[in-house]
Amino acid sequence: MRLAMRPAMKRQQTQKIAVGLITGAAVLVVIPIVLVILYIVVQGIGALSWEFLTAPPRNGMTEGGIMPAILGTLILTLGTAIVCLPLAIGAAIYLAEYASDNRLTRWVRLAIVNLAGIPSIVYGLFGLGAFVLFLQFGTSILAGSLTLGIMTLPVVISTAEEAILSVPQEFRLVSQSLGATRWQTIRHQVLPHAMPGIITGVILGLSRAAGETAPILFTVAAFYVPHLPQSISDQTMALPYHLYVIATQVPGMPLSVQYGTALVLLLLVLSLTVVATVIRTRMRRRRDW
Amino acid sequence: MGPKIVVKNVYFTYGDGTEALHNVSMEIASYQIFVLFGPARAGKTTLLRLFNRLSDLIENATVQGQILFNGRDIFERGTDVIDLRRRIGMVFAIPTPLPGSIRDNITYGLRMAGIRNRDELESRVERSLTQAALWNEVKDRLDKPASALSGGQKQRLCIARSLALEPEVLILDNPTSGLDPLSTAMVEESLHELKQRYTIIMVPHSVQQAARVATTAAFMLDGEIIEVGSADQIFGQPQVKQTEDYVTGRFG
Repeated sequence: MRLAMRPAMKRQQTQKIAVGLITGAAVLVVIPIVLVILYIVVQGIGALSWEFLTAPPRNGMTEGGIMPAILGTLILTLGTAIVCLPLAIGAAIYLAEYASDNRLTRWVRLAIVNLAGIPSIVYGLFGLGAFVLFLQFGTSILAGSLTLGIMTLPVVISTAEEAILSVPQEFRLVSQSLGATRWQTIRHQVLPHAMPGIITGVILGLSRAAGETAPILFTVAAFYVPHLPQSISDQTMALPYHLYVIATQVPGMPLSVQYGTALVLLLLVLSLTVVATVIRTRMRRRRDW
Repeated sequence: MGPKIVVKNVYFTYGDGTEALHNVSMEIASYQIFVLFGPARAGKTTLLRLFNRLSDLIENATVQGQILFNGRDIFERGTDVIDLRRRIGMVFAIPTPLPGSIRDNITYGLRMAGIRNRDELESRVERSLTQAALWNEVKDRLDKPASALSGGQKQRLCIARSLALEPEVLILDNPTSGLDPLSTAMVEESLHELKQRYTIIMVPHSVQQAARVATTAAFMLDGEIIEVGSADQIFGQPQVKQTEDYVTGRFG
């Protein structure tokens, strides 16, 4: 008896339509990303100049450059890293290597998941209450870095934990069977293997922190400071906040300056991502298993 | 001289409640090849990993009973597990070179033990690779990645890596599982040399291999020791029906 099959022609047509649809979806996803980048590049490229990158703003922000904001964002990103990395990587190692499945670690994991879901403006308000006011750090690089650092914790912890868990168990067994302690095993086998993944998580987290406005709004960002920050208790200008201010608060702001600022922020964040990718692929290539 | 290792009424239960070892008792004498054989899931690997307490890495498992190593219970409080693992080396079924060069692999355990002296490290590299019958093949490329070795070479590297720590006991968990007949023969050959100097406990790849290499053999089934005896007895005149059935290939 012949099986009741649909004719071959029809099956092949269905196949073609399905492939067409999913290809279309993939292409559609790329279009907005490319458009956003293209638009900002086209509108902002004219404003870019050596002066724009290296000079402070003049004439009510409408002229000069954005150097203090660029520097401020770099300082804040570094501060975020200093606050976030030791805590996040330590926590990730603990969760992946030491924590057993008990009530305490379940609470810790729940807390991390919830931290990731908190809107950034809430981090900003928390930073204002906890660091600026309660601990009396004032509106400062210290308060801003702490706020951004805490906001960045969950993403770095989760990616670092994933990276550590993906290291094959055999390496741990072999290392410990050769008389290495648990910590030596982590230090000499697990972490080197997990490093590309950890670095990816770190840089993605930091690039998000670099582009955030809400957490720095009340904790560190200044509309305009005539001098560069001298210490971590100073305020600083920062690119995302600067962009927000010149786009909404300064009448008669030339559009090219706004898009120029947006372009610099975009380039900064993109270059972080590129650096992450390069480091990851180079480390992946170097390891031999 | 008393037995090297004495296993006394050992029970082992995994976190999910599966009992892997049930009232296991036996004695392992020095300078021989003690073969632990039986069908899959008999508890062989579980038992092997108790000897160097690698079982500590399994969460929520429970152990009862005693394992005496040189007369001292390894589960006693205050046992130096790191030291135990240096005295009882282990080679796994899948050859797993650590990333890095051949030399890095051999010296890993020594470096972790804090041995930094170059001459000491060098002489141990040569000695252990020679003992594992690999020296001649790799002496000119000690600084090449270990991952470039063939399967059989990798496994002999793993044996050499354990030997570098100069252990008293060498545990081999199916060391020829992925190897071709020629590499298998080379590993078996080196075992006969090694038993002059070490006590070897081994889970074999097959009954045939067990019969080829064993001095003493223990047949395991469902987490229990069914029969222990000299190789001649176990593979010639087994006393227990289940052993006989397995050895003659009627089941398993």
